[in-house]
Amino acid sequence: MAAIRAEGLTKVYGDLRAVDGVSLEVAEGEFVGVLGPNGAGKTTLLELVEGLRRPDGGTVEVLGERVWPRNAGLLPRIGVQLQASAFFERLTAREQIRTFAALYDVSPARADDWLERVGLGEKAASRVEDLSGGQAQRLSIACALVHDPDLVFLDEPTAALDPQARRNLWDLLSGINDSGRTVVLTTHYMDEAEVLCDRVAVMDAGRVLQVGAPADLIRDLGAPARTLEDVFLHLTGREYRA
Amino acid sequence: MSAFRALSLAIVRGFLRDKASLFFALVFPLMFLVLFGGLLGDRSQSEVDLVQVGDVPVLDALSPEAAEAFEDTFAVTRTDDLDGALAQVRSGDADVAVVMEDDTLVAHFTLTDQVAAAVTQGALRAFVDGTNVAVLARETGSPPPYSLRVQQVEDDSLSTIQFVTPGLLGWAVAMSAAFGAAATLQGWRQSKLLRRLQLAPVSTRTVVSARVAVTLGIALVQMAIFLGLAAAAFGLQLSGAWWAAVPLLVVGTLCFMAVGLLAGALARTTEGAVNAANFMVLPMAFLSGSFFPLDGAPTWLQRLSDLLPLKHLNEGMLDVMVRGEGASAALAPMAVLAGFAVVITLLAARLFRWETV
Repeated sequence: MAAIRAEGLTKVYGDLRAVDGVSLEVAEGEFVGVLGPNGAGKTTLLELVEGLRRPDGGTVEVLGERVWPRNAGLLPRIGVQLQASAFFERLTAREQIRTFAALYDVSPARADDWLERVGLGEKAASRVEDLSGGQAQRLSIACALVHDPDLVFLDEPTAALDPQARRNLWDLLSGINDSGRTVVLTTHYMDEAEVLCDRVAVMDAGRVLQVGAPADLIRDLGAPARTLEDVFLHLTGREYRA
Repeated sequence: MSAFRALSLAIVRGFLRDKASLFFALVFPLMFLVLFGGLLGDRSQSEVDLVQVGDVPVLDALSPEAAEAFEDTFAVTRTDDLDGALAQVRSGDADVAVVMEDDTLVAHFTLTDQVAAAVTQGALRAFVDGTNVAVLARETGSPPPYSLRVQQVEDDSLSTIQFVTPGLLGWAVAMSAAFGAAATLQGWRQSKLLRRLQLAPVSTRTVVSARVAVTLGIALVQMAIFLGLAAAAFGLQLSGAWWAAVPLLVVGTLCFMAVGLLAGALARTTEGAVNAANFMVLPMAFLSGSFFPLDGAPTWLQRLSDLLPLKHLNEGMLDVMVRGEGASAALAPMAVLAGFAVVITLLAARLFRWETV
């Protein structure tokens, strides 16, 4: 069974086709990256797959179930990290993750375990506002994983992190995938996608331009391509984006 | 721990740790209470300063009861210097100077303080008339045909603390309910927490009821602190059916949460949402008689204020808390507030946009 099966997914805002006939299949246990310049439609695609928005066309199934309208039976099986600021104001890291744990009927002890696993044991009593960017990212990932979901969505989990924090997070993310979970992430960093992802989907203007293993994409492009970044620029061009 | 309890606890902690919202919910309105209740005080209780020049037999011959009433109204100083007494009145150090010219009591006063001037004239006239009646009755041997008995009823003209406590409480509750709802809606949308909660197996009803429960709790704490302080420090006296203010306050809180949702739906940032809530609530507080009575306002303004939910909350609370009306007096305002709550919530739901742009 596929973890995600999307066919002809379309979302239109006025004149803008934010997602334009996207078909994508993700197998269970796979680590898939969605790449694309700003405004390519990555986030909208993820929101359609998560069931946050109603598609204007096409179908999507997650773990064999429909996602729209809101499917409460599916929600405990997926974990979502939207952005590092999606926290309750003025709670400490421990209160934060325990609150999320309670929403999924998970015990406080297991919530505290997750805090340790992402290396925030010593920061448990700090308010989220006082955490560094990397710590906040790790906390938001821990909050997405606290209920042990089968499928995890991560929206730019390493945005605005320094190289140390980024590498640190890579270890965490590949660890998540090693334990058999399916992971879908969006990113701007090609090196990150190359290291972490089994397959990447390169998007622009609402369409998926190419899907494949990073190594295959690089090889297929031929002589000038040495990295995934070359492939990406070849596919999406060099103009500035919004 | 249930999702409802976890969410409520998270919201309470967020509130208690936010010094600004604590200040605006509790300290700021209490500052007004102290200002109105303490500093302005109760004007009717201040005595009129009276300077008695020479012998004034009319006043010296008052019956014991009349003398007592006289001393409640006037603070008397005696002198033989008429010019000095007049100078005191002119400079405002005394309110009135009285002197006997033959059988006529002459009162010298200024109109600087019109209330004191009116009280002075009325009271002096009453004491002179009283003395005349007593003298005539003694000479003719027949008692006066009419007599007066006074009995106090609760009326619309309340002393300062009685008037300002319900109004300021209404304003305080309206403000914190509106701010809380506006900041939560807009803040949670901005941070994507609202989206995140949508993707957790917790119903919208649970999320909303947690926020409502916390806001109601805050409103009841505000009420307890307000009434406690006003009663202990400024002599507030609640009338019989004051408890009917509790359900009234609950419906009022819901109504102003709706106002906050509207502000949150209209604005694009958390600060904008709080400002929009303030923009709706503060002028409404002035127009609804939270700070001063609207009795002297022009009719059109009073009619306009009927369109504001806070006016109905304030009037209802005044009726049951200090005007001595029965609990049923709270029913009509509750119905009006509930109506406002439904309409404003529907409007907010229509205007709400998930996206910032």
